[in-house]
Amino acid sequence: MNAELDSLYQEIILDHYKNPHHAGLREPYEAEVHHVNPTCGDEVTLRVHIADGTVADVSYDAVGCSISQASASVLTDLVIGKPVAEAMSVHEEFLTLMQGKGTVEPDEDVLEDGIAFAGVAKFPARVKCALLSWMAWKDATARSLEETR
Amino acid sequence: MTLPGLLPELEVIRKDFPILERTLAGGVPLVYLDSANTSQKPQCVIDAMVDHLERHNANVARAMHQLGAESSEAFENARDVVARFIGAPSRDEVVFTKNASEALNLVANTLAWATGDLAIGAGDEVVVTEMEHHSNIVPWQLLTERKGATLRWFGLTESGELDLADIDSLITERTKVVSLTWVSNMLGTINPVAEIARRAHEVGAIVVVDASQAAPQLPVDVTAVDADVLVFTGHKVVGPTGIGVLWGKRSLLEQLPPFLGGGEMIETVRMERSTYAGIPHKFEAGTPPIVEAVGLGAALEYLAAVGMENIHRHEQAITAYALEGLATIPGLRVLGPLDVTRRGGAVAFEMDGVHPHDIAQVLDSRGVAVRAGHHCAKPAHARFGVQSSTRMSSYLYTTPAEIDALVEGLEHTRAYFKVG
Ligand SMILES: Cc1ncc(COP(=O)(O)O)c(C=O)c1O
Repeated sequence: MNAELDSLYQEIILDHYKNPHHAGLREPYEAEVHHVNPTCGDEVTLRVHIADGTVADVSYDAVGCSISQASASVLTDLVIGKPVAEAMSVHEEFLTLMQGKGTVEPDEDVLEDGIAFAGVAKFPARVKCALLSWMAWKDATARSLEETR
Repeated sequence: MTLPGLLPELEVIRKDFPILERTLAGGVPLVYLDSANTSQKPQCVIDAMVDHLERHNANVARAMHQLGAESSEAFENARDVVARFIGAPSRDEVVFTKNASEALNLVANTLAWATGDLAIGAGDEVVVTEMEHHSNIVPWQLLTERKGATLRWFGLTESGELDLADIDSLITERTKVVSLTWVSNMLGTINPVAEIARRAHEVGAIVVVDASQAAPQLPVDVTAVDADVLVFTGHKVVGPTGIGVLWGKRSLLEQLPPFLGGGEMIETVRMERSTYAGIPHKFEAGTPPIVEAVGLGAALEYLAAVGMENIHRHEQAITAYALEGLATIPGLRVLGPLDVTRRGGAVAFEMDGVHPHDIAQVLDSRGVAVRAGHHCAKPAHARFGVQSSTRMSSYLYTTPAEIDALVEGLEHTRAYFKVG
């Protein structure tokens, strides 16, 4: 019975949970959003700073389970430093993985540590946990772009 | 193992609930500790509903044939059963709704539309408590916002009980409604409803009691609690989903305007205007949840046959055993009263280093079903500075061995997340 569980709680996820990357709220930023998972109450406040068409910084303050915390950490690793368009395509890729009900083979070159979430896609109740910060990032990025336009 | 207070026929009772035989992924047996969320259903409830659908199905009240008569009789019989179960002075005071939420919304909405004595407006106050389920907060927020009235609430003490210190400044001449839960679905606290009702009645306020968590585990007597309105939901009292109960004092129900308009709630309809049926039908527009009512009737007869006093003792024995077991887990903090005589069977807790979602997930992999989240009581969580919690809740079919499985599961969870 632990095999199922281990596919959900990959070592990588537990590592990010214990030591989240880029955590905390920082300046400067153009947009700050607050997203909530209404079913469980997990929350994230997330800021995006865009400079010269590149994701210069993503900072956040999140309360929630291991999956939602680790996912925020992995998100920041993947998008910080990338041109916005490229970061958006990583977002697409992660979304496809999470909505694939466990049938999508993740591309490690694109998703790096994000591939550890492949197991989460098999637990419908947890997909929202994994997507919380990603949805917040997309929202904040869209607003940042509007701010800087 | 046996404990004083356990139902003596526990093994027989368990056999009444077919789902308890289930195994889950990996072949592990189900340990269902989420009864405050929804209870499991005994065979007699399932059979009563199937029998009704197989043999007696017809619409109620409006069918002039034999099946119509049988169906109406079964439906109205369920109303009699409910009336007996809660000690209602009259069966006409029992209104069927969709669930407890709809019952509370019915009261809040019809009060918003009421005129005369019952009208609520600027300067008036509605009092709730910080431990309410969202279903007993939001309808009152809507009412007070719409009418320019003010919502006030009882705070909570550190031990998770209502803070009654300022009752006299909270319940005043301005108070029109006091609406509170009898038993908290998060903290488990049993509130002194009769004492609060007495104070509310001194100032002429209407007392609404949310018995959603009380009706499953305590003997209910609407007269003894001195409520004007009492609501509960069918699916937590071993009945089906889709049916709830609103009991109200005849004088109040007669004074309130109708809720939904439609078939069965009228006396006569002309194009210019209509007149309305008497209670309870005035509040039951459209085809009611007939088979659900039949199921609820069977459910309450089942509980009454086991005996609500016995069920209450069983809950207390299991809850005491659970509190002892939980106390052995390092870093675990129970939210709510630790004195078993002052609480019901829902026990919410936090465990250092592991989020409730993750706890529930690991427990689920071992067949142990609990709830994780805010349990529709965000303000009560906020009061204790927690964002979410894990909640175990037992019922008349819960065994001490299932509590052992929970405690072992929690130890395993700590090990799995390498805590401590
Ligand atoms: C105290 C309390 N009130 C109200 C409700 C709402 O019940 P329902 O969702 O069936 O309307 C619940 C159920 O979760 C509850 O525990």
